[in-house]
Order: sequence, then C-alpha cells, then structure tokens
Amino acid sequence: MVSLLEIVIPVEATGLFSYSWLMIAIPMLVSAILLLGGKATDSWGHWLGVLGVLGSLAVALALWITMLGLPVAERAVHVSGFDWVSVGNLNLQAGLLVDQLSILFALLVTGVGSLIFIYSVGYMAHDPNRRLFFAFLNLFIVAMLVLVLADNYLLLFLGWEGVGLASYLLIGFWQGRHSAALAAKKAFVVNRVGDLGLLTAMFTMVGLFGSVNFTDVNQAVGSASTTWLTALGLFLLLAACGKSAQVPLQSWLLDAMEGPTPVSALIHAATMVTAGVYLVVRSHSIYELTAAASLAVCIVGVVTLLAGAWIGSTKDDIKKVLAGSTMSQIGYMMLAAGIGPAGGAFAIFHLFTHGFFKANLFLGAGSVMHAMNDDTDMRHFGALRKVMPWTFVTFGISYLAIIGIPPLAGFYSKDHIVVAAWEQGWYFGLLATLGAGITAFYMTRLMMMTFFGKKRWAEGVHPHESPKILLFPLIVLSIGAIVLGVVLNNAIQYWLAPPTGGHPHSAAWWDIPWQGWVTLLVVLVGVGIGYLMYRGEISYEQPHTINPIVYIGRNDLLADQFNDVVFVRGGGAAAAAVATLDDVIVDGSVRSAGSLAKGIGGALSKLESGYARSYGLTMVIGAIAVGVVLILGRLA
Amino acid sequence: MSPNAYLVLSAILFSIGVLGFLIRRNVLIIFMSVELMLNAANLAMVAFSYANGNLLGQVGAFFVMVVAAAEVVIGLAIIMIIFKTRRSASVDDQNQLKH
Amino acid sequence: MIPLITGQVVAFWIFAPLSVAGAVGMVVSRKPVHSAISLAGMMVALACLYASLDAPFLFVAQIIVYTGAIMMLFLFTMMIVGVDSTDSLIETIKGQRVAASIFGFVLAVLLILAVGNGVVTGRGGLDVANAGGNVQGLASITFGPYVFAFLLTAALLMVAAVAAIVLAHGEPLGKRETQAERARRKTMEFAEQGKDPGPLPGPGVYARHNSIEYPALLPDGSISEESVSPTLAVRGVAVVENDGLRAAYRAAVTEFIEVQDENTGSDDAPRVADELADPGAIAETYVEQISIEVAGSDSDPAKEQ
Repeated sequence: MVSLLEIVIPVEATGLFSYSWLMIAIPMLVSAILLLGGKATDSWGHWLGVLGVLGSLAVALALWITMLGLPVAERAVHVSGFDWVSVGNLNLQAGLLVDQLSILFALLVTGVGSLIFIYSVGYMAHDPNRRLFFAFLNLFIVAMLVLVLADNYLLLFLGWEGVGLASYLLIGFWQGRHSAALAAKKAFVVNRVGDLGLLTAMFTMVGLFGSVNFTDVNQAVGSASTTWLTALGLFLLLAACGKSAQVPLQSWLLDAMEGPTPVSALIHAATMVTAGVYLVVRSHSIYELTAAASLAVCIVGVVTLLAGAWIGSTKDDIKKVLAGSTMSQIGYMMLAAGIGPAGGAFAIFHLFTHGFFKANLFLGAGSVMHAMNDDTDMRHFGALRKVMPWTFVTFGISYLAIIGIPPLAGFYSKDHIVVAAWEQGWYFGLLATLGAGITAFYMTRLMMMTFFGKKRWAEGVHPHESPKILLFPLIVLSIGAIVLGVVLNNAIQYWLAPPTGGHPHSAAWWDIPWQGWVTLLVVLVGVGIGYLMYRGEISYEQPHTINPIVYIGRNDLLADQFNDVVFVRGGGAAAAAVATLDDVIVDGSVRSAGSLAKGIGGALSKLESGYARSYGLTMVIGAIAVGVVLILGRLA
Repeated sequence: MSPNAYLVLSAILFSIGVLGFLIRRNVLIIFMSVELMLNAANLAMVAFSYANGNLLGQVGAFFVMVVAAAEVVIGLAIIMIIFKTRRSASVDDQNQLKH
Repeated sequence: MIPLITGQVVAFWIFAPLSVAGAVGMVVSRKPVHSAISLAGMMVALACLYASLDAPFLFVAQIIVYTGAIMMLFLFTMMIVGVDSTDSLIETIKGQRVAASIFGFVLAVLLILAVGNGVVTGRGGLDVANAGGNVQGLASITFGPYVFAFLLTAALLMVAAVAAIVLAHGEPLGKRETQAERARRKTMEFAEQGKDPGPLPGPGVYARHNSIEYPALLPDGSISEESVSPTLAVRGVAVVENDGLRAAYRAAVTEFIEVQDENTGSDDAPRVADELADPGAIAETYVEQISIEVAGSDSDPAKEQ
C-alpha cells in the first residue's frame, strides 16, 4: 500500500492566495472590536459581527473560484507565515494550507456560519449580551478557520483549542443558569481528554519525523514502523473522539445543548464537532498504512452511529434528539473516514451536506422554541404545521434529507457511506443500514410529536410563525439540503481526490446501487414504525419507564454514571494512592534526609556548650593532632 | 651548656599554662595562664638566640613583650567591662556562645 | 677546656625549679592574689634565666614590663573585680579537669619530643654577638632592619592605651553641662532661690574618710548631700552613714562642754549629751555658740581624722 500513496506537495502562494490570512484576520478584528469596545458597540455590534463572517465568506469564495480556475496540481497552496517555534532541531513555521479540503471546510464554516449569524441577529434580539454573543461567535469562526487552514498539527491544535474555548464560552453563554455553567465545564473537561490524544500524537510525530507539518509528515510516514503509526493513529482517534463526541467521549455533546440554539446549530452540529472527522481525513496518509487504527476508527464510527441513534430515539427534548442525531451522523462520517481512501471524500461529502441539513434542523428547532416560549419538550408541542408553515416546510425538507430520501442531499452522501461500509465488511454495512433505519424512526418521531397530532401546548403559549430574519436562513439551508446531493454527488469525489488520496468513480445521480435500495427500504420501514407509534395520543408528561432500552437511552447511555464510577472515583482513588506514595517514599526520603542532618547537627551542637574552656580544650586537642601529624610525617 | 634544658623547661611551662587555661574558671587566672604561655615562648626564643649565637631571638622576645603589654591592657579592659555588666569573674558564666 | 659546671648551669638549676614552682603555684592557688604573686615570682625567675642566657637587656625588661607593669595591671584589675573571690573546687564541666590534665600532659610530651627531635648541637653562646654590648647589639637590630616593626609596635601601644580608656570608661548618665551653661544656671538659682553660687563642698570634708564616696560633714555635724557626685549617688555607692560620721563632732562638742562646765561651774554636759543623741535638735542650740567658741579655741574638732 505504501507505493499507492500520492503525496501532494503544495505550491507557494501567489496572487490572491497571498491574502488567505484575511479570512482569519477579518473576524479576528471584529471579535477584538466587539470585546474591547464594550457596551459602546451594543447598538450595532451584531451587524458588525455578521459583516465579519460575511467578509470571511467573500474571501473564501474568491479563493474557491480562483482555485476552480487552476489546474489540479496547483490547487494545493501553501501560504508562508512566520517562524513560530524554533527549538533545537524543531523548526516550525506557522503557515496556511489552502487546498481543496480546507477551502471546502472554509466555505462550510463561513457559509453556514453567515446564515446562522443572520439568524442569531433575530434569535438573540432580546438578549442584553447580544454583542458579546457575536464577539464569541466571531472568535469561534477565527479558531475554526485556523483549525482547518493550518499547515501543521501545532497550528491546527491552536485552532482546536480555540474552538474549544469558543464552545465553552458559548455553551455557558447563559452562565447564570447552573446547568449551562456545568455543561460548559463538562464540555471543556471532556475535550481536554481528546486534546491529550492530539498532544501525544504531536509528540510522537516530533519524535518520529522531527516535524509536525502536514507535508513533512505525509512524506515521512512511509519510513515509520507500523507499530508507531498505529499508536499515532490511535492518538489522533482519541483527539477526534473528544472533539467529535464519539464514543467513549460523547457525554459532553448532549449537555452542550444548554447553549443558545444558533450555537448548537453552528458549533455542535455543523462545524466544530466535525473537526474530528477533518483530523482523521487530513491524516489519511497515516491511517492508510495502519489497518488496526483504521479498523478502530470504523468501530468507533459504527458504535457511535448506533449509540447516537439510540439516544435520539428516547429523548423528549427536541435539541437533545438532534444532538443524538448529530452524534449518529458523525459516526457515519467516522466510519467513512476509517474505511480509507475510498471513504475519505464521502466522509467530507456527508459532513458538508450534514452541515446544511443539521443546521437547518437546529435552526428550525430554534424557531419552534421561539414560538413555544423556549420550551424544548416535544411532549408540549404538536400540530404546529398549521401555525408555522414555513418552519414546517423547511424542517420537513431537512427531515427528508437526513433520513435519506432521494434525491435530497442526505440520501447521496449517506448512500455512498453505506455502500462503502458494505464493501468494507457485511457487518459494517448491516449496522450502517440499521442505523439509517433507526434514524428514520426517531426523526419521524420528532416530526410526529412536533408538527402533527393534537395540540399539547402549555397554558398561555400562543405559537406563531417566526419573523423573516429567522426564516431566511432556514429557506437557504433547506435549498442546500435539496440540491447539494445531486450537485456534488460526483464533483466532490474528483475535487477531494488529491487531498484524501481517493480514487473517484463516476456515477449518475439516478444510478443507485442495490445497497441504496435496501437502505431506502429500511428507512421506509423506520418511517412507518415511527408513524404508527406516534400517530395517536402522546402524554403531556414523560411516562415512567422500566424498559431498560428506553431508560438507558434517556440517561445518555449511562455515560455520566460510568464516568463517575470509573474516572472520577477511580481517578480519586489513584490520586490518593499516588499521594500516599509521594508522602511515604518521596517526602519520606526527603524528610529522613532532613532529620538525619538535624540529628547530626544536634549531636554536634552538644559540643558547643558555650564554655570557653571546652573550646580551649578542643583547640589543644587540635594542636596536638597537628603536632602528631607533623612528627609522624617527619618520622615516616 | 646545651640550650635543650631551657627548651624542655619552656615546654613544661607552656604546658602548665595550657593546663591553667583549661581548668581555672577565674578569668584573671586564665589570662595569667596566657601570659605564662607567652613567657614560655619567650624563654624558648632567648634559648634559641643563645644556641644560634645571634640576637634575633632576643629581639623577637622583646617584640613579644611589647605586644603582650598591649594585649594585657586591652584584655583587662574587656574583663572590666564584662565584670561591670555581669558582676562575675567566672568564665563559666560567660556562655552566650552556646547555640 | 670547658668547665663541667658553669655559672649558667648553676643558675639554671636554681631558677628553673623556682619558675616551675611559680607556674604550678599560679595554677593551683585558689585565691587570685596568690596566683598573681606566684606568677610574679615565676617571672622574676625567668628574668634570671634570661640573664643566664646572656640577655641582660631582656632580664631588665622582663622585670620592668612583666613584673612591674603587667602584674600591677593584673593586681589593679583584681582589686576592682573582687580580690576576695575564690574558685569553688567543684568542676562544673564534666570531665574537663581530667581531659585537660591528660591533654596538657600529652602536649608537654609532644613539645619535649619536638624539642628532642630538633636538638641543637653545639654550645652556641653569645660572646661574639654581645661583644659590643648586649643593649647596643639589640638596638642595632631593632633600629636597623626592624625599625618599621618597632614603629608599628609604638602605634600598637598607643592604640591599645586609647582603647583601654575607651573601653574602661563609664557611660555618662546625662548630658554634659558646659561652663557657660553652668554659670548661667548658678546665677539664675542665686537670683531666684538665694542659693550659694560658689562651688559645692568637697566630699569627705570633716568626715572620717576623704574617699570620694563619703559625703562632707557640715560644721554642725549633719551631712551635705551636695558634696557627693549625683552619679555616685545614683549608682548607689555613696556612703550615707549619718551617725557614724557625726561621732567625731559629738565627741568634740561633749569635750568642749565639759571644759566649759569646769571653767564656768555650770552643769550643761548631761543635757547637751542628750540633745546630741537627737540629730535634729543640735543645730539651733549650739552651732552658733560652738562656732564662736571654736574660732578662738585651740581645740580642733577635725583633729581625730
């Protein structure tokens, strides 16, 4: 397999590409103005925030169009920055890598970001800290762009930590709520575990290759031993698990729904949580050489796609259903990324389409919440399709997209992954298909409970259609959810072939393999079950359950309990043991050295009686000793 | 006569001075013991002078006398001060050197 | 031919035991004064040994400097710090006496061995060196090659003398009054209180002692507090022994009255004796009379001093 690797050496930036840094600099400047300007910017800060991301989008679009006009070999562009770290043999330059993969990500981040920003202007209209919200959102855009545009793992890590910080700030944006503060802290702490993986991976790279630059690493992986590459792959997988909420580090994502809904849409659905997939795809040259690590990625993906679907099927909170769904869809992406060169492009394809329809679903949920006085319990909804027609239509489009009804976007992107999974192994294919069925079930459940059936509204709630500023992004995103699949179906394979090392094979959009038909059948069954189960009466209160499947799903697969028992208490016990060890052995040796010196000093201080005559005697003894030595020396 | 006898006498006197320095507690007697040791050394120097046939040893003894006179003056003044503040002539009462 | 027994040998065997005896006596005497006397004797013996070694100048210098000056300084100091103090025989430091004896002995053996190891052969003698006179010989060395060292010892002695004064001098209790200030104060006191601006009475006047710590007696036999330096009074050394000090005065008055009784036939003696026993009553009755009479009398009340 080694010889199959095609290393892409980026060309140095010229012309417009020299200004790639503007993509990052514009939102950074905006963020700085909003943070430093304080309350003076309250009245117009949100529009400045929107302008920031729009500026970034404009640069990204210009670069993309320029790139379209270039021959394939020149599409990967390296933008030199400055000497960043220079320690011993490690000389690291901070620079940007603008290639097909990163520009796609930049377009997703700034494009979907722009729509969500516009949505936020309306959604956060009554929040006194709206200006601060936009400052944090711009900060997130900056960090996310640094993450995807970095030309080395260390700069990527800077962005990685930056989006973690932005995520922390935005989950805890309403920090007055105890649950929000706790959720922010939890997200931060769990992400640290993943960061440990990325750090260890970087240390390993420095040790193995002497560099953390993507190009250097790609060129050097061929010479490394498979054992080390497997370790490297697992470290990177740990990092990806932390950021992308994959099992076993998934527990933070559901709590992260405490943040404002646009945050959930942008960070915890469309962009940041997919950074793990980006990392794995970006490191594909490592995974191609280590079957074990690739298999681990596939397993993590499959387990997570089922776990997310399980959680999504049991929750009554609309945002948590969508969060479970996000986990599940990212599981698909991880599965595709783990499959190898064939899957990398499909992972990004699904990531891209998912960014649109999942953002649409979240924003639609936000619109519903807006109408229902910020209630998120689906048991209090029902029959909203008539009062919120626009929301219903756009939400319905994205619903059809996510469950994979042709010819909408989700069908194509998911179909490719399922096909690739079948080719990887029938068990993966079977589980992926099953996951698609469960997705259809819980999304149908969500639709039924929210938009159909009878009114179960709380007293004093009078739902109404959202204002135009909220509807506009919904419409744009739903259009994306409709057309992206057909448009990108083939193009994205060819576009992403160089950075992912894939071998595209063309297929018309109506040419659907047998796995696609099977999956569609399973999806229809899922829809049918969902319809049958939730067409009738739905109780206002969540019914008590002893069904273990439902119970475990409602409690986030008992992840918190597991973490508490294994890591919190286990870690506490380990820390106590280490503390005892430290106290007895390390401190003990130091203390006994101290007491030894003290004892010697105490014994010697007895000689120091304070009596001049004793000192005189000592002096005489010394004189005698010197004399004896002299005489003996003379005699010898 | 060989000066050896004088030198042995000098050693004996010096050792007696050391003994007095070590076992007496009255600061004045201790000081006298020091003077005794100085005198023993002077005797040795004069004896060496005699043995070597030049006067340098005597000159040395003379300088020792002068310095001893200065030393006695200062030493006794210090003893006076200590006595004024502590009302005691015993060196065992002067044990502030203790840790 | 060298005589077997020379004057030097005789002198050595006389004075060496004496010097050792003096040294041992110095160490073992319980009274400091005895120690000092023993040391002085040892130093004289040592001076004689110097003489036997052809060192006449040092012989004289030893006696003058050590026996005369240094030992006197020791004795003066001893007077101040307590001539009576004797060492207790109980050794306070455990094992000190035994250890000191052992190591003193070892040191002596070591020194004798060292001397034995460095035996000086040959007779030596200073006949040649002392040919021009011992003092002249020493002077030619001292003021020749060693003149600078000699000058330094002169400086050393000067510094030592000044240092001794500084060290032994007591701290003043108050601010020193200048002459001008004193004159102004005395004039002011005379103007306001009628106090005598003249000098205060000297201490010890008419008293049984003329020591500085004894107050003067006024003509009526009472004590003049002013005659003793306030510094001494503060330090508590002034003697205020009123009755003892007045004894001479009382005797003089009693004798005077008896003589007067004999001459005039009166019988005042018992009454005056009673009144003299009461210190307060004396002045008013007899001072004037006695002082007048004393002026013309041969009898001197202070004679008994």
